[in-house]
Amino acid sequence: MATITLDTVRKVYAGNVEAVKGVSIDIADGEFIVLVGPSGCGKSTLLRMVAGLEDITTGEVKIGDRMVNNVDPADRDIAMVFQNYALYPHMTVYNNLAYGLKNRGMAKDEIDRRVKEAARILEIGEYLDRKPRALSGGQRQRVAMGRAIVREPAAFLFDEPLSNLDAKLRVQMRVEIKRLQQSLGTTSVYVTHDQLEAMTLADRLVVLNGGNIEQIGAPIDVYDKPASTFVASFIGSPAMNLLNVKTNGSGLALEAGEGLSGANTMGRDSYIVGIRPEHLEVVDSPPSDDGIALEVNVDVLEPVGAESYVYASFPNGGQEIVIRVSSHAHHEPGEKMYLKAAAENVHFFDADTGRRVD
Amino acid sequence: MKKVQFQSRWLPYLLLLPQLAIVTIFFLWPAAEAVRSSFYLEDPFGFGSTFVGLDNFTDTVTSTDYGRVARFTAVFTFFVTFLSLGIALLLAVKADKVLRGASSYKTLLMWVYAVAPPVAGLIGVLLFDQHVGPIVDFFAMFGWKMQIGVDYFDTSFAMIVTSVWKQIPVNFIFFLSGLQGISKSVQEAASIDCRSGLRRFWTVTFPLLAPTGFFLLIINITYAFFDTFGIVDVIVKNEPGNNPVTLVYKVYLDGFRGNDLGGSSAQSVILMAMVFILTIIQFRLIERRVHYT
Amino acid sequence: MKKIQIWDHVILLAGVFFMVTPVVLTLMTSTHDAITVYKEGVQFLPGGKFLENYETVLFQAGGFTKEVDGFVMLKNSMILGFGFAIGKIIISMLAAYAIVYFRFPMASLCFWVIFATLLLPLEVRILPSYEIVQSLGMVNTYSGLIVPLIASATGTFFFRQFFMSVPEELLEAARIDGAGPWKFFKDILVPLSQTMIAAIFIIMFVYGWNQYLWPTLITTDESLFTLVRGIKQILQVWVGAQIPAFNEAMALAILAIVPPVLIVVVFQSWFVKGLVESDK
Repeated sequence: MATITLDTVRKVYAGNVEAVKGVSIDIADGEFIVLVGPSGCGKSTLLRMVAGLEDITTGEVKIGDRMVNNVDPADRDIAMVFQNYALYPHMTVYNNLAYGLKNRGMAKDEIDRRVKEAARILEIGEYLDRKPRALSGGQRQRVAMGRAIVREPAAFLFDEPLSNLDAKLRVQMRVEIKRLQQSLGTTSVYVTHDQLEAMTLADRLVVLNGGNIEQIGAPIDVYDKPASTFVASFIGSPAMNLLNVKTNGSGLALEAGEGLSGANTMGRDSYIVGIRPEHLEVVDSPPSDDGIALEVNVDVLEPVGAESYVYASFPNGGQEIVIRVSSHAHHEPGEKMYLKAAAENVHFFDADTGRRVD
Repeated sequence: MKKVQFQSRWLPYLLLLPQLAIVTIFFLWPAAEAVRSSFYLEDPFGFGSTFVGLDNFTDTVTSTDYGRVARFTAVFTFFVTFLSLGIALLLAVKADKVLRGASSYKTLLMWVYAVAPPVAGLIGVLLFDQHVGPIVDFFAMFGWKMQIGVDYFDTSFAMIVTSVWKQIPVNFIFFLSGLQGISKSVQEAASIDCRSGLRRFWTVTFPLLAPTGFFLLIINITYAFFDTFGIVDVIVKNEPGNNPVTLVYKVYLDGFRGNDLGGSSAQSVILMAMVFILTIIQFRLIERRVHYT
Repeated sequence: MKKIQIWDHVILLAGVFFMVTPVVLTLMTSTHDAITVYKEGVQFLPGGKFLENYETVLFQAGGFTKEVDGFVMLKNSMILGFGFAIGKIIISMLAAYAIVYFRFPMASLCFWVIFATLLLPLEVRILPSYEIVQSLGMVNTYSGLIVPLIASATGTFFFRQFFMSVPEELLEAARIDGAGPWKFFKDILVPLSQTMIAAIFIIMFVYGWNQYLWPTLITTDESLFTLVRGIKQILQVWVGAQIPAFNEAMALAILAIVPPVLIVVVFQSWFVKGLVESDK
């Protein structure tokens, strides 16, 4: 077990492409950190720099108290689970798990003990003699995890380990990874582009965009108080509605026209206003209390079972807006709809920088 | 190249050493030697050599003998390439289509790949033999009295037939794998859009096979130029005389029998230039082939 | 539909006839005595001299110097086929490993030097190659026969192509598992390449076995003749005789054909895969 410290870590590839632009994160012992962001945001590069598979251009990576910038991956006391599992196709499951231990010159019976123990935890005991190609996707995933566990490393590194599984198995393995990490208490860094996976697994989220950290925080804090429009639209599904508004005397108005009422409380000329679909309430008549009120026309109704989403647009065109409604609510395309949102659920962002203004 | 690589000061050189050593000693050095001696005239009694510039080249290219051999090589290459490609394509298309016995046909049509060119030549010598050859008997029924090794045309004919026979399997294997690489859904879409099988072949299958075809064209030209040496050597029975021979055979003849070092080297250099051009074209085509799939 | 299939079979059978008949006639002719063949021409049916003819060509010394028999030539062909294939696989795997998995200065220069061999087939550099091998004292030796043939780039390209297709994560996983360059090669890459090694072995064995021009130049000592190299002698001694011994000449031809054909037919799927992939 160990802490992991990243201090203004940068990665510049040949041709002056800056993939990671000075990232600093302090990871506590036993913490589960998820790096999340769209493809190309630098999250995998960052993870691979921690693993030692990429050189660090500038900055420092420490595992525990040791600076590991120039330490070989094998000597960093980490284990990694890969997206395509990277199992050795010609070795049995047992040998896949044991290979790293053998290379360290560990005693045979200690290897055997660890492999059996990992197999027991992951319930792959009966497959130990099989080759990877005789296993299903989920079983391969478990073997890949097993290879990490047997090492009893200071940290686990996960590189999108669930993205090759089908939806059902993904949910199942997600829970399993969480349980495993909680019982082992090993410091973990997990990379994903799936915000749901990130939310459910993380002790703390690191949202990355274009090689920079947009926000670090507990999942619920990131959800409640997104630091920027990027985070607001990336975390949460369906994404937060973002509306361009202008001040209109003491009130607010949609850039594209009418349909919005509310108070200008921050004293600027224009904002981006964010409201999550689940925070919009359908009301019978234009409300007049505080917060924000909208008037929209229903375009499409999308039932997903537990709830439904209404895609609606403003009377004079312009932006589209998504509203979560009860699955039993009845709405027809073309129908007029009044919406309101409580003041505490309305987020204000700077119109130019996209940063949160509070 | 891989994103992640090992770093070691000496290991990669050690790994490359055997190959580079052999390449340098047995490929680069002799090639450089060939280029050098193509500009020199060797004294026939071994008393040194004199620089003669491009004389060897002009002598070679202007000699009537060289012209005759070059013309034969061109004709020979043309027939060998197109006959073996055409027959192989026809057989591959049929073998791809039949349901019964496809794998037996495949095996029976490709095993000749393993027969060495000179052995193919020897079989040719037997079947075209003046006294015992059944092919000679066969054509005699139509009044064609074949005289292999005596008649220029008849000898060329035997060489071409033997060379085509030897080359069909390679073309067949590549065409068949090319055909099997065409996606089933494309074929099905085509069979819905077009009723005539022949038309479907020329408008859908053939264009999709074209990259393989171009690639094979180069392979076959190379084959006809170089790999047929054994066939030519055996069919002319070591007595080239007035028999048809290819350019490569002439390099060998002038170098080893004629002791004309400069002339042989000049011919080598001309051939090197041809290989160079063919290889460049081949690599261009491979690049395209990759993009195609 | 049915009618079309019948024509397909007719065309294919004609193709098979064209490809198979010459070798069948060769085989049949090799089972008769010389007089029968000389009098009646090429034989279409098996004769009774199979064992006799093959025993003669295998174990009775023939040729100019009467020093060599078919068995010795068979042995030499095996040495050339195996030596060439194994040597080529080892050398080209090592070279491809260096090119794909190592970062070092002059990597691309080394690659191009090896690549250049494709531009220099033996046939265009016959005379100087011979002189160099002669000056190194390698004429009439097995190493002189095999080594100069080994270095062409084909095998190296084949393995380079294959190594590039090995998922990158395997190397990363192996490095985290503590495997260095040698361990990775031995524990992961070589076992993974098994099928590829088999495929290239078949192609290279056939290629080596079938070499003609180079053995013709380098071996003048009959005890080093391979079967394919011996064709020229067969032509002069057996076929060129007063009464040509076509039967024995064809028996030797069959001996030269059978081993490579067997390998190609038995390991057909590997062979086809190797051939089609290596030329890509």
